[in-house]
Amino acid sequence: MAVEKTSVNPPHLLWQGGTQPLKAGYGKLMMWIFLLSDVFTFSGFLVTYGMIRFGYPTFSEVVAGMTHKTFEFSQLYWPIPEKVFKAVPLLHGVDAPLVFVGIMTFILIFSSVTMVLAVEAGHRRDKADVEKWMLWTILGGFIFLSSQAWEWSHFIHGTEHGLTLEDGTTIFGAKLGINEYGPPNFANLFFFITGFHGFHVFIGVLLNIMVFYNAANNVYEKRGHYEMVEKVGLYWHFVDLVWVFVFTFFYLV
Amino acid sequence: MAEHSSIERQKPNTKHLWKVFWILLVLTALEFVVAFTIDADHYKWTKIGIFVFMTIVKAYYIVGIFMHLGSETKSFIWTIVLPIIFVLWLIVALLVEGEYFGIEKFF
Repeated sequence: MAVEKTSVNPPHLLWQGGTQPLKAGYGKLMMWIFLLSDVFTFSGFLVTYGMIRFGYPTFSEVVAGMTHKTFEFSQLYWPIPEKVFKAVPLLHGVDAPLVFVGIMTFILIFSSVTMVLAVEAGHRRDKADVEKWMLWTILGGFIFLSSQAWEWSHFIHGTEHGLTLEDGTTIFGAKLGINEYGPPNFANLFFFITGFHGFHVFIGVLLNIMVFYNAANNVYEKRGHYEMVEKVGLYWHFVDLVWVFVFTFFYLV
Repeated sequence: MAEHSSIERQKPNTKHLWKVFWILLVLTALEFVVAFTIDADHYKWTKIGIFVFMTIVKAYYIVGIFMHLGSETKSFIWTIVLPIIFVLWLIVALLVEGEYFGIEKFF
């Protein structure tokens, strides 16, 4: 009853071995192509963000004479990010602009280094080192995700005094419909873009756990190479790369 | 499982990786210095220019060293870099055009 497996491709179209195309493994090449498509997605977000932001007048155009020092939140113009993101856990009421997001950036850069060290250990087929550095990377991913959860929660709840509108009502925090820090679009874009990045981090942590599990169970040892660490590493570094851009265009500019 | 323990444990060569870590860290620290020392009321676009430049330098190190794109074959590098150059062009073009409409046209 055994059915002989045959290929639908004629033999002369089959790759007969030898040096791989572009001297890279198929999986690694495809991971790069996938990341390239992800670049398109995030570039789309960046363009959307820039165009909507440019669509609003600047605060000095709305209120004559207002500077960065005398800046106040209004729904008429885009906020200054460092006036929005200035809270740090356990330091209630302390004015620390961009400090927490700086810590998050540091965590992600650090987990990127531990990931590249795991890749390097994989090249040496050093199972113990791969496991060690993968664990550090997973830990960094979890800390980053928790930090982002805290930041979102703080952003949603808002400040104690809120923003008093012209009709006398006071609104608190940033939600999809109302936003005490500026136009609702500011909050919407923030949630959408950092959320999409956070989702990437979440998937990355799952992949990292999978790599750790397989490495610990000798899957790569039996396979004879640790290329999977390299492929997942590419994804993880891309996530770090996206954060570098989010950090610049959402928090600094 | 004795055959694995008999293989001599190669020593890790990670100096250049840690160097990139320090470069990324220093660049991020410099971004903070720029964010809080340069007067944004007068030098807004200088500031943005510095941030964008530093971001691209960081991206170069992450992609080139951490993702090992620098050590791939030339055709591999161009397969990835060429589309990105066009995408960067698209971003700049759309953002420049984006200055010509106001949000009030939407609402």
